[in-house]
Amino acid sequence: MASGFSAYLRRDLLLAYRRRGEAASPLIFFIMVSTLIPLGITPESARLAEIAPGIIWVMALLATLLSIDGIFANDYQDGSLEQLLISPHLLAMPILGKTAAHWMVTGLPLTLASPLLGMMLSLPAQGYVPIVASLALGTGCLSLIGSVGAALTVSLRKGGLLLSLLVMPLYMPVIIFGSATVQSAIDGFAWSGPLAILGAMLAASIALCPLAAAGALRLTSVN
Amino acid sequence: MPKLSLLTVEQLCFERDDRHAFEPIDFAVDRGEIMQVEGPNGSGKTTLLRLLTTALQPSSGTIIYAGQPIALCRYEYLSDILYLGHQSAVKMNLTAAENLRWMATDGIDSARDALSAVELSGYDDVPCYNLSAGQQRRVALARLFMTNAKLWFLDEPFTAIDKQGVSLLENCLREHVKRGGAVVLSTHQDLAIDGLRKTSCVPHADQGAL
Repeated sequence: MASGFSAYLRRDLLLAYRRRGEAASPLIFFIMVSTLIPLGITPESARLAEIAPGIIWVMALLATLLSIDGIFANDYQDGSLEQLLISPHLLAMPILGKTAAHWMVTGLPLTLASPLLGMMLSLPAQGYVPIVASLALGTGCLSLIGSVGAALTVSLRKGGLLLSLLVMPLYMPVIIFGSATVQSAIDGFAWSGPLAILGAMLAASIALCPLAAAGALRLTSVN
Repeated sequence: MPKLSLLTVEQLCFERDDRHAFEPIDFAVDRGEIMQVEGPNGSGKTTLLRLLTTALQPSSGTIIYAGQPIALCRYEYLSDILYLGHQSAVKMNLTAAENLRWMATDGIDSARDALSAVELSGYDDVPCYNLSAGQQRRVALARLFMTNAKLWFLDEPFTAIDKQGVSLLENCLREHVKRGGAVVLSTHQDLAIDGLRKTSCVPHADQGAL
């Protein structure tokens, strides 16, 4: 059972490594847009600091959304997904492995790059640790929730728009508590509360999303 | 008591959007047998094979494996089958050996052996996008040399394969049924295999009528 997890994790990481350019595009998008914000709005640090947590979180969400449909689409096209579906083992474990690989390729680099963006957007010093902590937990949620949407839309030829519409409402709580974590820290309040809620969301997503995605894949593939 | 076949298909039907894929189909395959599914393009051969692999759910009819409906022995059934579809599940960005290694999940040595069995030794570390269509097909076929599955479902396995490859594959199928396995395959080729059994997919009478 665990071997399905690690086998698919390693395979998807290897595939991402072979397509480095494509895999890096969410990160490049994230950094590029966040760099343009001071140019487009204002370079004034006081005003930038106000919007910085929100901007970083919105960009992280969009960057994840940009790449989430690829989690099953390539496997669907070349027939590997069909092979996965007819394997006798539990489907949720390979899906969790694929989602973990997706997070390591998109969510983790975004998390690690966020202090740099914080600096560009004049994020106050007390916001750095909260932004890294909240993104680490939050992007995990985004990948997991996105995997359910990607599973539902995998057999549609142009499922991108539908996928965004499906998962966007589910992303709302993540972004609300994510930016609330950073905002509380900047305003000098305790920020462990919203972060704990993000952690709870991540725990629930790890438990439920692979099962939901497995069900969705079975549902879409039998037709 | 009638003899128990390895795989029995009874009145299998598949319906999508109120259209039947083919006339209800019955056949039985025993150990040591090769069943060739025939039929014109669009007659539902691929659909039939996908039904057999449980990738599709039949709208009616049953598939019986070793005396039990597959719904009751899903794990055993799925552990015993191997399916090779039109889409070969070969990852273009992986090398030939890597493709087989993760499919087999038991070491790189068996992958290298399987690649030499399909005459691709020396191509182990070449990314599959650099291989020709026939060579990519051979990578997919190499799975046949590293599986313990008893029941093989092969959908057009000879596509893009040269004459030498065809006889290689025929030998492989002969060996497999000699070991007590069974094969259901769809192909338009005439196979040089003794004791080949055939069944036909007949397009449904009111196909095309919505």
